[in-house]
Amino acid sequence: MKTLLALGLFAGVAHAQPAATLVPTQSEIVFTSTQMGVPVEGRFKRFDAKIALDPKQPATGSVSFTIDAGSATLGIPETDAELVKPNWFDTARFAQASFKSSSVKGLGSGKFEVAGTLSIKGSAQAVVVPVVVTQTGANSIATGGFTIKRLAYKIGEAEWADTSLVANDVSVRFKLTLTGLPPL
Amino acid sequence: MNSKADAHAYGAVAIALHWLLALAIVGAFSVGVYMHDLPFSPQRLKFFNWHKWAGVTILALSALRLLWRLTHRAPPLPAQILDMMPTWQRHAHHATHALLYGLFFAVPLSGWAYSSAAGFPIVWFGLLPLPDWVPVNKELADAVLKPLHQTFAFTLAALVVLHVVATLKHQFVDRDGLFWRMWPRRVDR
Repeated sequence: MKTLLALGLFAGVAHAQPAATLVPTQSEIVFTSTQMGVPVEGRFKRFDAKIALDPKQPATGSVSFTIDAGSATLGIPETDAELVKPNWFDTARFAQASFKSSSVKGLGSGKFEVAGTLSIKGSAQAVVVPVVVTQTGANSIATGGFTIKRLAYKIGEAEWADTSLVANDVSVRFKLTLTGLPPL
Repeated sequence: MNSKADAHAYGAVAIALHWLLALAIVGAFSVGVYMHDLPFSPQRLKFFNWHKWAGVTILALSALRLLWRLTHRAPPLPAQILDMMPTWQRHAHHATHALLYGLFFAVPLSGWAYSSAAGFPIVWFGLLPLPDWVPVNKELADAVLKPLHQTFAFTLAALVVLHVVATLKHQFVDRDGLFWRMWPRRVDR
């Protein structure tokens, strides 16, 4: 019985790494686009993560995210109503964006490099994400950021593909609060 | 330029700034009225940014103009015109010009504040990021700064109309030639 239970857990958690739990209310995923030179910040309000990682053995760890594409907001209701439309996130066809790691490298002193595949609006691209983890008590805070080319994911099509209106580079920044991550 | 010949005329710099700013202000006001209820579109984004760039340019040129005005005496009204003016008209003449100058600053400054508070810092011509001197506060932006900017802009528009009507009256009713004080003259005459 114990063996069966252990096997079940083993199957459920990738690489048998201890699983950490995301604290959504203390986490954020923010993106900054540039509209005619003006930085404009937005965020995703709903996302979830599955993190199985022992910071002492990062190579066997895995990180995956699902992001509710319809929860993107720039803080302006009229603009948010546009973001779900086909030219932008097309949430009717692509409700979720996702990230799945292919490798996790430990660089020492809480620094990691997570490589993987980012899928938005049906387009998958390889990304490498530097992450810094700090721990206080039971909580771990992972921060990091990277830049994507929005046109590689067809975010902003037709007349909005013009990069003189909205720059191709969009920076993504995150702060994730986790519980249950083993000590660094 | 030929300042001896035209003791009652404005100098070339004052005239250039007057007409340049007249064009810019009429243009920025027209764009502002046209763009404010455009739907989400590239056109809306462009018009809003052009309007802000024009506004900051107007603010900078107005500062230059005020400095010039303070260091270069404006020509006094000709004696025969002054004699004909009732006292209230003289007061109105000065008050209109003082108010116009005040609004040259108040309109762009309130627009800048509105843009900052709305969370959209101004990047002049898409190149030079300007500081936000009002913190991001959507409530303040929509409830206070937007109506303030509109009120200032429409007050300026009303005063510009008054200014133009007064000019037309002098030119076509009084036929006193006052208008030519602000019209570019040929240097070689």
